Amino acid sequence: MGKRSYNKTPMREQDPAVRQHNFKEVALGYDLKEGRLEANRCLQCKDAPCVLHCPVMIDIPGFIKQIKEDDMEGARKILDRYTNLPAICGRVCPQEKQCEMVCRLGQSKKFEPVAIGKLERLVADWALEQPNEVTNITQDKGKVAIVGSGPSGLTVAGDLAKLGYQVVIFEALQLPGGVLTYGIPEFRLPKQIVQKEIDQIIAQGVKIETDVVVGKTITMDEIRQEFDACYVGVGAGTPHFMEIPGTDLNGVYASSEYLTRINLMHGYEFPDYDTPIQPAKNVVVIGGGNVAMDSARSAKRLGAESVTVIYRRSQAELPARVEEYHHSVEENIEYSWLTSPVEYIAGDQGQLVGVKCIKMKLGEPDTSGRRRPLPISGSEFVIPADTAIEAIGQGANRILLDTFPELVTNQRGYVKADERTCATSVPGIFAGGDIVTGAATVILAMGAGKIAAKEIDEYVQFEKASTTV
Amino acid sequence: MFKIIERTVLSANEFQIWLAAPRIAMKAQPGQFIILRINEYGERIPLTICEADATAGTLRIIFQVIGKSTAELAQVEVGSTLLDVVGPLGKPTVIKHYGTVLLVGGGVGIAALFPIIKGLKQAGNHVITIIGAKTAGLLILQEECAHYSDELILVTDDGSVGHHGLVTEPMKKVLQRGGIAVAWAIGPSVMMKYCTQVAMQFDVPIYVSLNPIMVDGTGMCGGCRVMINNQIKFACVDGPEFLGAEVDWNSFIQRMHQYHPEEVAAYQAYQVRQVH
Repeated sequence: MGKRSYNKTPMREQDPAVRQHNFKEVALGYDLKEGRLEANRCLQCKDAPCVLHCPVMIDIPGFIKQIKEDDMEGARKILDRYTNLPAICGRVCPQEKQCEMVCRLGQSKKFEPVAIGKLERLVADWALEQPNEVTNITQDKGKVAIVGSGPSGLTVAGDLAKLGYQVVIFEALQLPGGVLTYGIPEFRLPKQIVQKEIDQIIAQGVKIETDVVVGKTITMDEIRQEFDACYVGVGAGTPHFMEIPGTDLNGVYASSEYLTRINLMHGYEFPDYDTPIQPAKNVVVIGGGNVAMDSARSAKRLGAESVTVIYRRSQAELPARVEEYHHSVEENIEYSWLTSPVEYIAGDQGQLVGVKCIKMKLGEPDTSGRRRPLPISGSEFVIPADTAIEAIGQGANRILLDTFPELVTNQRGYVKADERTCATSVPGIFAGGDIVTGAATVILAMGAGKIAAKEIDEYVQFEKASTTV
Repeated sequence: MFKIIERTVLSANEFQIWLAAPRIAMKAQPGQFIILRINEYGERIPLTICEADATAGTLRIIFQVIGKSTAELAQVEVGSTLLDVVGPLGKPTVIKHYGTVLLVGGGVGIAALFPIIKGLKQAGNHVITIIGAKTAGLLILQEECAHYSDELILVTDDGSVGHHGLVTEPMKKVLQRGGIAVAWAIGPSVMMKYCTQVAMQFDVPIYVSLNPIMVDGTGMCGGCRVMINNQIKFACVDGPEFLGAEVDWNSFIQRMHQYHPEEVAAYQAYQVRQVH
């Protein structure tokens, strides 16, 4: 074996000058040779810390060893034991805050951590190219309904199907995937990959019914009559607005609408697809999370000349993934740090012509431990803009909760569920993902899904059986 | 997949379809709507449920051709299917016994008003209905409205039938008589705005059904946001019915025009393709 490289094996990417005009995937993936090279960097630790810092506790040294030994099928089998969505997580997990953050190799000053996410992606993408294995598990242990087909719902569904349950997912939109489908853009997560990964879950016997809004099309009471248990994974998709003057102007969007039009409805392919999106010259994006990055980079790809992200704290506090921030800078996205909008300025037709902003300074740390931004009076200035996109966070999806008051929620409006069991106030109803935690990450939603699947199995086998006898 | 069971041409540009959607038909209540998507390339468009037959599992939808998607929908033949139909969405109208009620419908809005007329009549109200359109041929659902109304006033812009002028004129006359507990107005946004002003002159609460631009229709995007009493509300989950007096009409009407250039371009391109 050759000398271990200090740095991660680089992944080929589309040239920034080219990719800022298309929606194709930016990161192109490892080939098998690059994968083996990177796999060789892994120290194969006993009690590997990376495993403990993966919310679904994948046997990371295990699958990496298989790559090293050129046994892709073996690597896939290991991943399959822990995750139903490896091609997705390999791409969108914030590995720098999870598995890769504690990688022992990365702990030494000289070395970068092993590129665990990129290796997971390699195995998953390889597996998606192989013929689909049809599993023949008898699904007679019970019937479970899952509300919402985002990452947590899909995880519960996949795991319960493997355990022998008949699983039906109800999804309100026309396509499954939740945020994977309507939120994260094609250039970070190709929709074909999402569909293929979901197809594998369907191949395990999971049924997905789209166009069903639980609470409206069917009720929770009907679900409880027909199914042995139910998992609520409806997410946190209700957009928040800053509610500053001019929010109702044409050209002001919530990131949710902007990204839904683009990702779910193919707005970037208008008029081949029917859903339009406003063409823009100057765009202001408000926020500093991944959703803000996704919105800004999408606006650039739709042809905007200038895209400015305004964030009320400084670069050091930016919550977005570092990788995505770097990608955005390479694509000529500009940043205005310590800046907050105070008003949207109207043109004569009720359209946006500028965003009035105020400069901020950082004060004492708040409850989140981050320094609180405070406005500097008299520092107002205007950024000309015909489109403004607010990416300041989302709240709980309301329809199901409004029609099912028995489900106890917390002060912030999210479902109260036991962290260790995903059990809610209603027996037989489990909940997890963003509807419990508030907007978080794909992998955390999956982690909740893994727990819920086990607990639902226990519940149906023992608790429910004992109460109904 | 949702099958078209029946299709009727109501006027030059108004169409009626009955489609199979058993789950929605079981749940639909007056005031609610669906979102449909014709095919894979389609956009999601909101349309009010005019009538639901729970036994047959069908929905009656009446729409006007105003752009590409509605033009395409008008061409969908009996026996073929729509790719997506979601619903019933929105809050239902509060149907109860109010006393004497006044209902005003304009154009294709009459189809959205009809289930409310029927519901209010069945709840024992004394129902006075005013329906208006540009010309006699566009005055839809006349007989059905008459059947569920104690009094029906017809209005046309050109005087070809009934009262000659706008719906607000006979509306004033009815309100002057007094005794109206509550009113509804559904139609073009400008009509609803003026109906609201008239009702306010007589201190009669009036409900309007707002039809802003929507995408998902389930509260997830905020595209349909409207200013109600200076607060942001989402018409798809908080409405579509609101008290007319609380609506910021200028903001609402302005936002309706947001995609006007794109809508015109898409419709023209579709018409060109249809000809060739």
